[in-house]
Amino acid sequence: MSRLHDMGGRFGDGPVVPEAADAAVFEQDWHARALAVTLACGALGKWNIDISRHARERLSPKDYSRFSYYEKWISALADLLVETGVLTSEDLTGESGSSPHDLASKALKADQVAGVLAKGGPADRPSDVPVLFAPGTKVMTRAIAENTAVDGGHTRLPSYVAGAQGEILRLHGTHVLPDSNAHGLGEAPEPLYAVVFKASELWQHPEHPDDEVVLDLWQSYLAPAPAGREQGV
Amino acid sequence: MPHDHTDHPHALLPPEPALRVKALETILTRKGLIDPAALDEIIDTYQNKIGPQNGASVVARAWSDPAFKAALLENADPVLADLGFYGRQGEHMVVVENTPNQHNMVVCTLCSCYPWPLLGIPPGWYKSDAYRARAVREPRKVLADFGVTLPEGTAVRVWDSTAEVRYLVLPMRPEGTEAMTEEELAALVSRDSMIGTDLPKVPA
Repeated sequence: MSRLHDMGGRFGDGPVVPEAADAAVFEQDWHARALAVTLACGALGKWNIDISRHARERLSPKDYSRFSYYEKWISALADLLVETGVLTSEDLTGESGSSPHDLASKALKADQVAGVLAKGGPADRPSDVPVLFAPGTKVMTRAIAENTAVDGGHTRLPSYVAGAQGEILRLHGTHVLPDSNAHGLGEAPEPLYAVVFKASELWQHPEHPDDEVVLDLWQSYLAPAPAGREQGV
Repeated sequence: MPHDHTDHPHALLPPEPALRVKALETILTRKGLIDPAALDEIIDTYQNKIGPQNGASVVARAWSDPAFKAALLENADPVLADLGFYGRQGEHMVVVENTPNQHNMVVCTLCSCYPWPLLGIPPGWYKSDAYRARAVREPRKVLADFGVTLPEGTAVRVWDSTAEVRYLVLPMRPEGTEAMTEEELAALVSRDSMIGTDLPKVPA
């Protein structure tokens, strides 16, 4: 019911290995190229950030676990380019010509880079979905951390927080819903909240009784907490 | 949008990752879909222009200027935009303050969300399975991997960046820094201290 990218709380990964403050930004030259090619292809306008995240998540479990970070990026990018019809399989195997592409006029030029990166891509949108929860309200997350519209679809509700009780910490405004936007079903903006959970609500053996985890969760991931469950946060 | 399938097109490219990137870059360049000079510009931006020095200057200013700090914690976006620290992967910023009672730590368990305009491209460990898996469940053991031990009375609040909101930790100002300039203070602020896996350097 989950995919490998949904790894919060997983056991067995071993130590985190810090890096020196002066370590290179890109450990290998091809890491930098992979990032830059991916960002540049975004300018072609054939997908959005949620579609591209889902493309990485849809790598087969075998590929997801054996690929390094930027291998996931470049492989998911190749998949997306073919799925969206920008390239063909023959293009990837080098069996097609190199005539200019219909989308070539959209290619990101060097003198546009600074402007595009500075402009960003804000995710807040006006919405007529009413705000249901105020800070301090106790809420429950959905019991099943899956996309409700698309089987195996994209969601940003991690499985470790499914069915847990938390408390609304703040309202971030109304944001694009990734569960919809990743599948071409529209931006469907709705209220987005920071929700705080006691570590003891999530883990059998929390490290400390006062520790907490905060997640940004869309309103449709949440329901009012049932009465009688007031021992939460 | 196509969904799961078994014949992933990426398998048509060379398996070795550096060659895979090179092959795709070459194909896209030949078709006029990417411009190598634009790639160089993107890389130069994140290698040389945008990095943790941006975040450190914000922290140092917050330590020095109470009104700035109050505005930053209340609504970071306009404050950061005034400083020019707005852009891709930093469109919606929230700054969270460490106190003696609460230590903040930031992770993205689902991918690698990170405040690029303030900290640049995330380090390898931030993107690692170990950090993504463990930070939410055992933050104190993760901090121990960084050589950080918190006082027993300090609670840890871990922020899992599941949306397009990006988080920056405002560390506590070290003792003995009262006479320091903003520039001197900024030099004490490590990248990791703004993610929450380090504490600012204490001046000698």
